[in-house]
Amino acid sequence: MAGIGIRDVVKRYGDTKVIHGVSIDVADGELIVIVGPSGCGKSTLLRMVAGLEDITGGEVSIDGRVVNRLEPKDRNIAMVFQNYALYPHMSVYDNMAYGLKIAGLSKEAIRARVDKAATMLQLQPYLDRKPRQLSGGQRQRVAMGRCIVREPAAFLFDEPLSNLDAKLRVQMRLEIRQLQRSLGTTSLYVTHDQVEAMTLADRLVVMNAGVAEQIDTPMNVYLHPATTFVAGFIGSPAMNFMPGRLGADGRAVTLDTGAPLRALPEPIAGHGEKAVTIGVRPEHLTLVGSEAAELTLRVGVVETLGADTLVHGALLDKGQAVVPVAGEGGEVLAARLPGNVAVREGDTLPLRVVEGALHVFDRETGRRLADV
Amino acid sequence: MHKKVTFRGVALPLALLLPQLAITAVFFLWPAGQALYQSVLRQDPFGLRTTFVGLANFERLFSDPLYLNAFQVTLVFSIAVTAIGLSLALLLAVMADRVIKGASGYKTLLVMPYAVAPAVAGVLWWFLFNPSIGLFAHALRAVGVDWNHLLNGDQAMILVVVAAVWKQISYNFLFFLAGLQAIPKSLIEAAAIDGAGPFKRFWTIVFPLLSPTAFFLLVVNVTYAFFDTFQIIHATTSGGPGQATTILVYKVYSDGFVGLDLGGSAAQSVVLMAIVIVLTIVQFRWIERRVQY
Ligand SMILES: Nc1ncnc2c1ncn2[C@@H]1O[C@H](COP(=O)(O)OP(=O)(O)OP(=O)(O)O)[C@@H](O)[C@H]1O
Ligand SMILES: [Mg+2]
Repeated sequence: MAGIGIRDVVKRYGDTKVIHGVSIDVADGELIVIVGPSGCGKSTLLRMVAGLEDITGGEVSIDGRVVNRLEPKDRNIAMVFQNYALYPHMSVYDNMAYGLKIAGLSKEAIRARVDKAATMLQLQPYLDRKPRQLSGGQRQRVAMGRCIVREPAAFLFDEPLSNLDAKLRVQMRLEIRQLQRSLGTTSLYVTHDQVEAMTLADRLVVMNAGVAEQIDTPMNVYLHPATTFVAGFIGSPAMNFMPGRLGADGRAVTLDTGAPLRALPEPIAGHGEKAVTIGVRPEHLTLVGSEAAELTLRVGVVETLGADTLVHGALLDKGQAVVPVAGEGGEVLAARLPGNVAVREGDTLPLRVVEGALHVFDRETGRRLADV
Repeated sequence: MHKKVTFRGVALPLALLLPQLAITAVFFLWPAGQALYQSVLRQDPFGLRTTFVGLANFERLFSDPLYLNAFQVTLVFSIAVTAIGLSLALLLAVMADRVIKGASGYKTLLVMPYAVAPAVAGVLWWFLFNPSIGLFAHALRAVGVDWNHLLNGDQAMILVVVAAVWKQISYNFLFFLAGLQAIPKSLIEAAAIDGAGPFKRFWTIVFPLLSPTAFFLLVVNVTYAFFDTFQIIHATTSGGPGQATTILVYKVYSDGFVGLDLGGSAAQSVVLMAIVIVLTIVQFRWIERRVQY
């Protein structure tokens, strides 16, 4: 089976370690998206799989074969680069045929394969053009075509859509998804765009500073983020974080301001009296009557998106003291309210957390304590 | 966005152009006109009488075996200088492009010859290959080569080619290196993934992408070999032995200023001017448009 195995892979540049032992198993035909902030080592990891960077430690296998010491050409992979890396002096046809010519295929076989890929990608009218005579989206397709014709064991994508405008990006995202599904080729896809990551991935790898913080399906990552980093990175606007404390029974949750939240439905065993970070997604805050309020928000900025209204403001305690909000969410509390709510700057909004939408993280380690 | 600067009136732009125009007129147009004028005249040996002779100077020129020989020498010389200079510079640039540690050191060393005045370079090579005191001549003799470019025309040619190439190699190197560094690394990586080995990558990706640079350098080097090597030849071989290293430019000088055949020398200048014009046209037609890819 043509899967990709990445086991305890480490990358060091001189004295600086940039990948700290990452393990990912990509099943046959699966599309795994590696997402993370700039500089976290996504490209480096992908390039080690491609054979463009030496692997300092650990093991990479493709199709069940350890490839650590193999040249890129012997790894049976194809890669789409961020800048497409099309050969500027060759026609679209020759760009796609280049690898096949080197592989020594017959002229007819090459033509058949290129024609097939070109039809699939709607590139037939452009086969004689040079890359500079193509639009960004078309170049992107040629880069895809160059991969497809080689019928590799795996596709590697390094931010292939980041040079396109927003609309084209959405369209190409769908095309890549459909293509990957219909070809069933195992794929590793690197992006820093979380929407791209969520929509494309069979499974998601969230990377931070050279470590894979969580590997799971997009929905599980969204619902049960393993760390405060993942919680803050996936989801937009980002999750709100507040410092708090777990009661001795493992159920009661109190904000550091003293305001009690609802008790957790299930106790978190063994963590009584622990200092925690409490996470609430903006979309899990609802407007309620002031008697049922758990949190009170003084409105700062209102963003009207039509379907939704995003409200950013400060957390109030008993109507008075302004509480700083900790964590990646920034200094403010954000809430995503329905579009028909009329709010203005300076309003005070009584809010309640949706049932079961509270995330509790160990304040020291940042790790998730329970799914509640 | 380009913003077009426009001047009111003609006085200021004219004043700004004047220095350049004056230099062009005094050092180019006037001598060129003089050469054209002289090329149809003949002077007696004492410079007392000049007579109009029409195209006789040119006729004499092209029936002179020595002049035709100079053509041949120029051809051999420029082809050798251009071919060796370009391939050597390309080789050095490719290697320098790979070096990571101490790269700037290598580059500085490779660029240094360009800072040396041509006459100094010529003298340097003259010393190194001097049959009686030269270091290289001595070393060559030790390995069985009887080096004496003062007697052997072929060796003299080798010497001037070496000196001329050495002088020009930095220039070529810099352009090739810049060209190489302008090629995105991902192209090479894509080709590596596509299965191309280093040689295949060079010939199918790198070299075609360097071709605009190479073509530009080709014209520059031919021009250099034709016109800018006077000082080197003057300092190393003075066109000898016989006329084995007398290229066209050198012959203008030796016939005109040494042989004092002003009419013939002027006619040669006119021929050279025609060659410059042709080369310039080639340059503009091709380089300005670039070698397209
Ligand atoms: N050749 C190198 N030498 C030293 N450090 C390097 C080298 N290449 C990359 N790094 C470092 O490795 C880290 C990871 O780089 P990488 O390119 O993988 O990031 P990335 O996650 O792809 O970021 P981006 O989203 O900006 O592309 C960065 O901190 C970078 O500074
Ligand atoms: Mg990257």
